Amino acid sequence: MCVALPGKVIEVKGHTAVVDFNGNRVNAEAGLVDAVPGDRVLVHAGCIIQKLDENEADIMEDLFREIEEMNE
Amino acid sequence: MNDSQILDFLKNYDGPEVRIMEICGSHTAAIAKSGIRSVLSPQIHMISGPGCPVCVTVTAYIDKLIELAMEPENVVVTFGDLIRVPGSVRSMGEAKALGARIEMAYSPLDMLDMAEKDAEHTYIFAAVGFETTTPVYAMLLSNAEERGISNIKILTSLKTMPAVVDWVSSGTVLAEDGSERPAVDGYIAPGHVCAVSGYQIFEHIAEKHAVPFVASNFEAKQILAAIFALVKLKGRGVVKNLYGDVVTREGNLSARAQVSKYFEAGDGIWRGMGTIAGSAMYLRPEYERFDAGSRGLDTDHESNGCHCSKIITGEEDSTQCPLFRRVCTPEHPKGACMVSQEGACFNRFISGAQPRSRA
Amino acid sequence: MKITMAHGSGGDSTSKLISGVFSKHFSNKYLDKLGDSAVVPGASRLAMTTDSFVVNPIFFPGGDIGRLSVCGTVNDLLMSGAVPKYLTAGFVLEEGLDTEDLEKIVESLQKTAEEAGVQVVTGDTKVVEKGAIGGLIINTAGVGFVPEGIDLGPEKIKTGDRIIVSGYLGDHHVAILGSRLGIENDIVSDAAPLGEMTRALMEAGLGIRAMRDVTRGGLGTVLNEFAESSGKEIRVEESFIPVSPTVKDFCGILGLDVLYMGNEGKMIVVVSPEDADSALEIMRSSKYGENAVGIGEVMEDSDSPALVLRTEIGGLRTVGPLYGEGLPRIC
Repeated sequence: MCVALPGKVIEVKGHTAVVDFNGNRVNAEAGLVDAVPGDRVLVHAGCIIQKLDENEADIMEDLFREIEEMNE
Repeated sequence: MNDSQILDFLKNYDGPEVRIMEICGSHTAAIAKSGIRSVLSPQIHMISGPGCPVCVTVTAYIDKLIELAMEPENVVVTFGDLIRVPGSVRSMGEAKALGARIEMAYSPLDMLDMAEKDAEHTYIFAAVGFETTTPVYAMLLSNAEERGISNIKILTSLKTMPAVVDWVSSGTVLAEDGSERPAVDGYIAPGHVCAVSGYQIFEHIAEKHAVPFVASNFEAKQILAAIFALVKLKGRGVVKNLYGDVVTREGNLSARAQVSKYFEAGDGIWRGMGTIAGSAMYLRPEYERFDAGSRGLDTDHESNGCHCSKIITGEEDSTQCPLFRRVCTPEHPKGACMVSQEGACFNRFISGAQPRSRA
Repeated sequence: MKITMAHGSGGDSTSKLISGVFSKHFSNKYLDKLGDSAVVPGASRLAMTTDSFVVNPIFFPGGDIGRLSVCGTVNDLLMSGAVPKYLTAGFVLEEGLDTEDLEKIVESLQKTAEEAGVQVVTGDTKVVEKGAIGGLIINTAGVGFVPEGIDLGPEKIKTGDRIIVSGYLGDHHVAILGSRLGIENDIVSDAAPLGEMTRALMEAGLGIRAMRDVTRGGLGTVLNEFAESSGKEIRVEESFIPVSPTVKDFCGILGLDVLYMGNEGKMIVVVSPEDADSALEIMRSSKYGENAVGIGEVMEDSDSPALVLRTEIGGLRTVGPLYGEGLPRIC
């Protein structure tokens, strides 16, 4: 379940944000996150459900290293 | 490890059988679309889980939506997927042709303007979904309160993951040697449920059943990485996260708070599976005015011979159902798993290489 | 001025509507006679087709129902290798329709007919009560001449043939659905007559086996029909399918599959392997074909002929025709 797509916040008015998805602009409810223009956000059914963390480290590499160590 | 090393490993894996369940319907659809089954060793079995909200909704719920939509004072608003799901007598699509007022929407929040412009009617949203979607319904109600819109209600069939995954984890299947073995050896955790609730919701299940969970996004490459990790982690009660830009251990606290404000946990009835304690969300008594009659919708008419329940718990594969492809097809679905584009049977149907007859 | 039931009466109001709106724009020597039927010169092999056009909204980014009514019918004629010649135009108007809007549509229809090299030689008008159809419905029938020696069809498809698509997919569908759902973007409908491209392909004398315009049901449905008619597997490389990032994300938002998105100015060409490069070059230098690209090939005979996609990760996936209505999906 749960189709959701990342987009970029263009504008915030009250608790509604305009979010851009590669050229598609959609109004989304922004009351569940603290979003400002420029933020990347995840939108599900017209509602921003999470902000994207752009600084997230390469957790894939970390996990694989952990797995290798575990199996040794 | 790079992508091609992962692919090589998964293609050539010749260890003991591993049974991996993708819980989420969007993962089921992504796996079918990217042809992942075709690149896995026959020793790795992918099983579609109970995370398609359309598939686990009982017929009494569909019947109630139709009953409400037939009343002249009501308009029922729904996501597209629910339209073709069979009720005990007919689907909403068929009811619409008989005069029921049923509208489709992309977002529950679209209903605010619809209701505000038309005070004569009560607008009722068919509120199905899991942890991901429940906060959106909370925001619908919060906005309705703020804007003073009183002709809005929801009919809920809201489910939560932990109890049903715990239930599935207790299930067994027969191994090749005839002995009983766990039905599932590892779970691809539902990425967007985790975005809201955090992956912490699976930690106690992982420990209890010594089964690993890996949260993934919906791209083929990351799903393959998750499958790789699950094969390696088999037998370990750990929860890992590959979807780090969106998923955290705690999820979205503000969304969880909004959900707790309007909803409380209760027993859930699952199509073909029966009642699972603490697996559903209902409106709190203080918000009963928003409820279109969601409690007690327990009746479930399964199509005669339909194996949906065994399929979404990993006991059987779609191809083992006697109805599959013979009488149950996307054109004429008998069970909800064939209706939904996220359903286990629909996706097996469209990605199978069996001869098809043209509709 | 608004359309009233009197405009469909067959009397004076009807005549005024015909002279003031229809004959004014459609004027040519066959139509101007306003006879019960048009008498036109012919050929030994004719291609005929008809199509009815119902679209909401009637004006959309990149076109309107008038342009659509020509493109749909003309492209159907072109796909059989025919040279389109004549069109009929039947209008069913709703009471209350603005005559200015009607005139814009008629003008657009005539302009597109000129672009496609066809003449509207006869027509009809009816009026229905307000609320019955949501604006207007247009039916066009088309006649084209098929040159000697041209014989196309999916049953001619052979193992090894290449599949070419004439450009980006899904634009028309997105333009219509976007205006309906209030999703703003810069996508415009691709509605276009494809005559320049098909004429160039035919004149080059290449080994063209079959052509099909990719309309409702999308690429997935057309290639399934080709697989079925030819009894062969059709193998397509998913990453080669041309889709703009905006259309891709639009589909992502609504849970739609781009393989089933409708178009009004795109076609598929199946061509022999030795002529594939020449065909591609011709298409790319033709109007509306600049983004043409080869996407796959025809495999061996199969007991279960199907469209098979090779995915990004090298997986194989059978793609069926469109089931149901292709509704937006959220959960």
